[in-house]
Amino acid sequence: MNEILEILLSVSFWAAALRIASPLILGTLGELVCERAGVLNLGIEGIMTAGAMAGWMAVYQGADLWTGVAVAAAIGMILGFIHGVFTVPLGLSQHVTGLGLTLLATSLSYFTYRMILPDVPSPPRIEAFQPLAIPYLSDLPIIGPAIFEQTPLTYFALIAVAVVAFVLYKTPLGLAVRSVGENPAAAEAQGIDVYAVRIGAVMVGSGLMAVGGAFLTMSAFNAFFFEMVAGRGWICIALVVFASWRPGKALLGAFLFGAFDAFQVRLQQVVGGDIPYQIFLMLPYLLSILALIVMSRRAAYPKALMIPYRKGER
Amino acid sequence: MTQGLFRKGLTALALAGAVVVAAITGVQPAAAEKIKVAAIYTLPVEQQWISRIHKALNTAAERGDIEYVYSENVANTDYERVMREYSEAGQNLVVGEVFAVERAARAVAKDYPKTAYLMGSSFGPSGDNFSVFDNWIHEPSYLTGMIAGSLSKSGVIGMVGGYPIPEVNRLMHAFMDGVREVKPDTKFLVSFIGSWYDPPKAKEAAFAMMDTGADIMYAERYGVSDAAKERGVMAIGNVIDTQNEYPGTVVASALWHMEPTIDKAIEAVKSGSYEAADYGSYSFMSQGGGSLAPIDPKLVDEKTLAAVKIREQEIRDGLFRVNVNDSEPKSSK
Repeated sequence: MNEILEILLSVSFWAAALRIASPLILGTLGELVCERAGVLNLGIEGIMTAGAMAGWMAVYQGADLWTGVAVAAAIGMILGFIHGVFTVPLGLSQHVTGLGLTLLATSLSYFTYRMILPDVPSPPRIEAFQPLAIPYLSDLPIIGPAIFEQTPLTYFALIAVAVVAFVLYKTPLGLAVRSVGENPAAAEAQGIDVYAVRIGAVMVGSGLMAVGGAFLTMSAFNAFFFEMVAGRGWICIALVVFASWRPGKALLGAFLFGAFDAFQVRLQQVVGGDIPYQIFLMLPYLLSILALIVMSRRAAYPKALMIPYRKGER
Repeated sequence: MTQGLFRKGLTALALAGAVVVAAITGVQPAAAEKIKVAAIYTLPVEQQWISRIHKALNTAAERGDIEYVYSENVANTDYERVMREYSEAGQNLVVGEVFAVERAARAVAKDYPKTAYLMGSSFGPSGDNFSVFDNWIHEPSYLTGMIAGSLSKSGVIGMVGGYPIPEVNRLMHAFMDGVREVKPDTKFLVSFIGSWYDPPKAKEAAFAMMDTGADIMYAERYGVSDAAKERGVMAIGNVIDTQNEYPGTVVASALWHMEPTIDKAIEAVKSGSYEAADYGSYSFMSQGGGSLAPIDPKLVDEKTLAAVKIREQEIRDGLFRVNVNDSEPKSSK
């Protein structure tokens, strides 16, 4: 029991939780933007892979890190545009299109990587983002080193949460996004172009997801690996439900998952001898499912989610 | 991948030509020309373990002994199909790893008695044509353990592994035995990340261990050495030599050389004497299949270097036997 308390009170644990959460924060936020406009985006896993590959590759080819992030976001937006075209004006199944996009984007990323680097003896590396201590704030006890000694992309994720929350709730644009996700017919009656807003939201959301993927290859690590997104995209889908489609709660959910994961690796060392390691690896997922059950009971999902809008239809 | 496919097309052409030639002249193709080798990997060729096999086969191809084609990142569910395809295409020798498809792969081998199979496996050879190999580098792992033991000041050593399968476990145990020879009361922290290929996760596990006081990291997976480097902690490499990539971090590595195994198999196929056998011993130090990467003398003291050298000679001469323990290693209490 003492050891568990010790883990929870250590600064490195909270720092690790935020580090693990960072790609999930961006992915969840991206999915949330898409779904708020009424479009489920199951392309997330593939879009994150594409972002991880494209951002890293840009830097490997000589671009600087922030240009790499921009490249990742651009690739994400292009993939988002494809998803948007199929699901919004054409009104195809969002499930099928999304899964198809994941398959396409994942394979295309591996293919591109292999075309450019056909035979490498070990994974090529880049100079990744380094932790950046924010002056004054990083001197705060506990919170300082845990939150303000992260890599720049983590700060980007935190700022993105605030920006998305502000835009969604405080601007006419946010109102438009929310209304096409709740009642597109009413939105159209207000003169809002439903198709444009939906496609735009999917593109922006996909761009955020791709940056989440780029976090893995440009911040958490410095090389691209096949299958390195490893299901993180699917976790984001669940986290959006956990968050009841609210940015603040999305941040909380991603952070909780990160904390469970950081806790798991530490617990493994304390009691690892007696319990099979698989139990520990399972722990973050198990706890997330429990949290999901509790939270989602009162979840209010966007009313027009997954319902294609057809102009003039009554 | 494209290269592999392209080469596969060429091979098919070459094969067709060979069949025609054989039909006209009536000679055995295997004896007259290069033998055809195909490899099937479940991970990309950059992955540590795979890269060693890939390197040995490339070397043989450059030497002109074989024609080499490969498929990488083949899903386990697809493995049988790819095995059959290469067998149907007339490959003389098929190399790969069947850790997740042990039974299915053996069934395929039975259907193609003329093809030789050399597979990484946790089990023994079977039938007439299914041989096995593995990275039996427990000997150099033991030696790296001795070095780690001499370097650890805190007496806590962290080990991050992928999955606890026999080939991982036995190297970890050999390493731990080596540590205990030098420092008997060392505490070990062991975690598995449940993936062969998730460096961010491996890194987090390593950070957690260093937070608990580990001052030497056993880097079984990519990502561990990176975490060690960030914290200024030393690491021990495994299978591949990463000392140049992490100068001052990776002090010693147990290397695996697949060349003796591959060369032996090629020779057997060439002479028509291939049979089901355990090629595991060709990864031993005495066969040149395992070695200790050059150690930075600035980082390790002379006494330890001398002791390691003596042990190494004893292992090569067969005077010292490193224990083989395939059970899952656990953190010390």
